[in-house]
Amino acid sequence: MISNYNSIIAGTGAAVPDQVITNQDLEKIVETNDQWIVSRTGIRERRKLEEGLSSVDLSERASREALQRAGVDPSEVDMIIVATITPDYPTPSASCLLQARLQSLKAGAMDLSAGCTGFIYALTVAHQFIRSGVYSNVLVVGAEVLSRVTDWEDRSTCVLFGDGAGAALLQRSSEDKGIINFSLKSDGRGAELLIIPGGGSAHPASQASLDNRLHYIRMNGNEIFKFAVGIVEETIYELIEPEGLKPADLDLFILHQANLRIIDHVRKHLKLPSEKFPVNIDRFGNTSSATIPIALHEEVIAGRLKEGDLVAMVGFGAGLTWGGILMRW
Amino acid sequence: MSVEAKVKGIVADQLEVAIDKLSAETTFEDIDADSLDVVELVMALEEEFDLEISDQEIENVNSIGDVIKYIESKV
Repeated sequence: MISNYNSIIAGTGAAVPDQVITNQDLEKIVETNDQWIVSRTGIRERRKLEEGLSSVDLSERASREALQRAGVDPSEVDMIIVATITPDYPTPSASCLLQARLQSLKAGAMDLSAGCTGFIYALTVAHQFIRSGVYSNVLVVGAEVLSRVTDWEDRSTCVLFGDGAGAALLQRSSEDKGIINFSLKSDGRGAELLIIPGGGSAHPASQASLDNRLHYIRMNGNEIFKFAVGIVEETIYELIEPEGLKPADLDLFILHQANLRIIDHVRKHLKLPSEKFPVNIDRFGNTSSATIPIALHEEVIAGRLKEGDLVAMVGFGAGLTWGGILMRW
Repeated sequence: MSVEAKVKGIVADQLEVAIDKLSAETTFEDIDADSLDVVELVMALEEEFDLEISDQEIENVNSIGDVIKYIESKV
């Protein structure tokens, strides 16, 4: 449903660290091998942020690019929303640190925690501020430094994750385009399936929490896989059916890059060509809330997103949470 | 279509193997099915036969014949 105030993505940006960790590098750390990782996940390499830098450094780079491409000065930003599970600190928020870096001094700032669905949630929240006429420019960022919460002794998870950030400047527009529809869902009964148990009020940092490796990501891979392949398609239909659209009517499906097998499963089930499903998990691994904005930015830069294209973005992850956004570019 | 034919069709489709290569004796290992393939296979079977298959129930399912027997006991 398009209201008087439409939300368009006026600019995108992305930032990944320089250091590349290949599957061969991981073979030296844990008992695994390139062939196993590629066949199970599609990941060939991922990026790791250097010591001394943190989430805000990636956020700032991605944000500056998005603002520049949108032609918006940081001082014109009304609100900053950062989706992350790896902020610099438990408090203050990652978005406040970013606000200071950008000198977006009139902007409100908040973080949003929705696991790998974070960017979809954040973009949807931003959309509400635009659509209601309250704000004109909302900066939405997905930024993660998962290497800091990855258990480098757990071969089932350490091969999966990477660091990176993506940003989008959501802007008010009177043109007949932008966000058409969204869907946000959750099922907290699956909380234990993908969790960092330590560091919060349940298990604050202690010698025991360190000894028990509670500060790292734990994941039940098979259950998450099953959950993901089920809900992605469901979400796509939820986005397009009210608009009378069919999957084949869409030009691009930007799915959360958690596992190539999930993307392939959905693509085959929908019987659509692979060109409609951008993939960067081979190069960046799973960067949680950053995968979708990074992929979106790459499509924009490569010129594969054209004016008028219909694009669906779908995320899923810890919570459990999942959701999607349908937009006309 | 018999349960056997349907199961073979789903396995062939999911794992991209020729249907005439499949027999009741064919194991998942024979066709290089990993744990994620099994998850996808179970989902396809659930859809086809309108079933809910729990992880425990399929723990001892290793071959096409095991799958057929399991489905026949359920439908």
